[in-house]
Amino acid sequence: MSSRALKGLAYLLLFGIGFTMAVPLVWMVSTSLKSGGDVLSFPPRWLPTEAVLVTVDGAAYPEATADVDGRSTRVAVLGQTAQGARVRVLSSGEERVVPRDRVVPKRRVRLAWDNYARAWTALRPERGFLGLLRHADGFLVFYLNSVFVTVAITFGQVFTSSLAAFAFARMRFPGRDALFLGYLATLMVPGVVLMIPLFALFSRFRLTDTYWALILPGMFSAYGTFLLRQFFITVPRDLEDAARMDGASPWSIYWNVILPLSKPALATLVTFTFLHYWNDFMWPVIVINDLGKKTLPIGLAHFQGPYVTEWALLMAASVLVMLPVLVVFVAGQRYFIRGLVLSGLKA
Amino acid sequence: MTSPASRASRRRRRWGDARTAAAFLLPNFVGFLAFTLLPVLAVFAMSLLRWGVVDEPEYVGLSNFVHLLGVSREGGRLAASDPDFWRFLWNTVYLMAGIPVGIAVSLLLALLLNQRLRGIVFFRTLFFLPAVCSAVAVALLWKWIFEPEYGLLNFALMKLGVAHPPLWLASTQWAKPAFIIMTLWATVGGYNCVLYLAGLQNIPSELYEAAEMDGANAWHKLRHVTWPLLSPTTFFIVTMSIIGGFQGGFIAAFMMTDGGPAGATTTLMYYIYNNAFRWFQMGYASAIAVVLFALVFGLTLLNWHLGKRVVLHE
Repeated sequence: MSSRALKGLAYLLLFGIGFTMAVPLVWMVSTSLKSGGDVLSFPPRWLPTEAVLVTVDGAAYPEATADVDGRSTRVAVLGQTAQGARVRVLSSGEERVVPRDRVVPKRRVRLAWDNYARAWTALRPERGFLGLLRHADGFLVFYLNSVFVTVAITFGQVFTSSLAAFAFARMRFPGRDALFLGYLATLMVPGVVLMIPLFALFSRFRLTDTYWALILPGMFSAYGTFLLRQFFITVPRDLEDAARMDGASPWSIYWNVILPLSKPALATLVTFTFLHYWNDFMWPVIVINDLGKKTLPIGLAHFQGPYVTEWALLMAASVLVMLPVLVVFVAGQRYFIRGLVLSGLKA
Repeated sequence: MTSPASRASRRRRRWGDARTAAAFLLPNFVGFLAFTLLPVLAVFAMSLLRWGVVDEPEYVGLSNFVHLLGVSREGGRLAASDPDFWRFLWNTVYLMAGIPVGIAVSLLLALLLNQRLRGIVFFRTLFFLPAVCSAVAVALLWKWIFEPEYGLLNFALMKLGVAHPPLWLASTQWAKPAFIIMTLWATVGGYNCVLYLAGLQNIPSELYEAAEMDGANAWHKLRHVTWPLLSPTTFFIVTMSIIGGFQGGFIAAFMMTDGGPAGATTTLMYYIYNNAFRWFQMGYASAIAVVLFALVFGLTLLNWHLGKRVVLHE
């Protein structure tokens, strides 16, 4: 095969797979903007539309184009009978019964942005977001909870992991390698194995249904320690030695030498941790019951309960949950992908 | 020969170092101990209890495991004391059938994205998007797509001439394939694809040039240069996919089917969740978790062992 043909084949595949990947997302956005019966129209429509109404004798009827005596005519659909649709020709005022398949209802594009507003305000937790908000919009509360919890975890994890990683990478102490191996070994433990004892632990201290339960377990990560340690050992020793000659303390080496040189690795861990805990589901669903403390994913799961067949609202809520992640991902893509590679293959 | 004095000062420095190191380690270590290491040990202890959270735990020895894994012969047929466990284990394994397909597509995507073509950044972002989307939102989206009457998928199938498309999530037969389809969509362009892409970029171009001199065509190059050199990546991806597969299916079951219809989409994870947090059988749930842990651990070791033979080492 010539390189030209290969290139053509590559584009063909890229577009084909790209189309398959994009269709569900487009469908989600399209559904989220549909009003009323448009959601359940069959065949489905890509563009959200609504029926065009026309006023006849003071009442509103759907407008349509009908085949009347072989001519396509603007009509108002007054009702349905066994013989067909009862229509009134708009130009003459004449009423007729036309076979149903000869009537094409007129629709116009309408984007129902209010679905987003309805989803946003549908749930009203009594007290939300650290107990500060009373009867606020549900998704506002979920957003604030998610931001608070995710930021707290990310800060905590980057801080504690980088300190420990510094000790593992740049210091010598007895038992270091054995301890590090212990850290590594726990990476293999399935998360659910930890959740049952953790739940027992938190309920023993009456900490279920609190922000502590959401935040604390995420703040200390063997994974983050491992990731940063892998990066810290690549920082050249000369810089550290020079700083030590000048009498710098280990703390100052950590803060002034290693951390500034490790910005890419830190950014990677931040992006990783942020995305992971933003989307975290199982632990929050186990440990949080109070609507006012729910984060976005479990808030969305809760939202599904009362609105289980309202697809437009469900899709609008889903878009609301996905949106910030997409923005963070597109902005932090570089670090994210680097982190994957760093953590995956240099193990 | 070093003098005793300098040896002593070195020892002092070493322990001084150790104290500083301990200070750096402490915040992380305390959390690691409380939220990772002790829970791992605790789960083994808890698996030996009968414990309904509110009542006092009672030590029952290995009886949770006996009930979970026990098989007896009844009238010439094998009967498990917990047939659900074996069914849900089968469901979990069934759902992993998508893994090889997913890996093949990920590799294909990585090969495509590795070409110097216009608009590649756009495609890379598009392919990766589902992987970072909240799995809860993805599950809701696909629940809508799989909707038997008004869903997009059945509309497309009817357009293609399928008169009676499946009921998907409402069918014991099709619910698992539906999960597999959704998972493929959500993961093929994600992590595995990026790992492959990184692997591809690490292959020295001289190797391809040498192969071309020997008259290799595109297929030969893929078969005899790319694929062997990617074997460490493939090995890593297979290992991680199996580990992940055994822990899969929770969010999908929770959001889309509640493990149904008739338990058709209950995986081990969902079974553990139900036991622990719905039926409050913490001891029994811990026993299942221990078995899951053992499965993952054993398969990882096995994989490692096989990997030594099939992976090309530099």
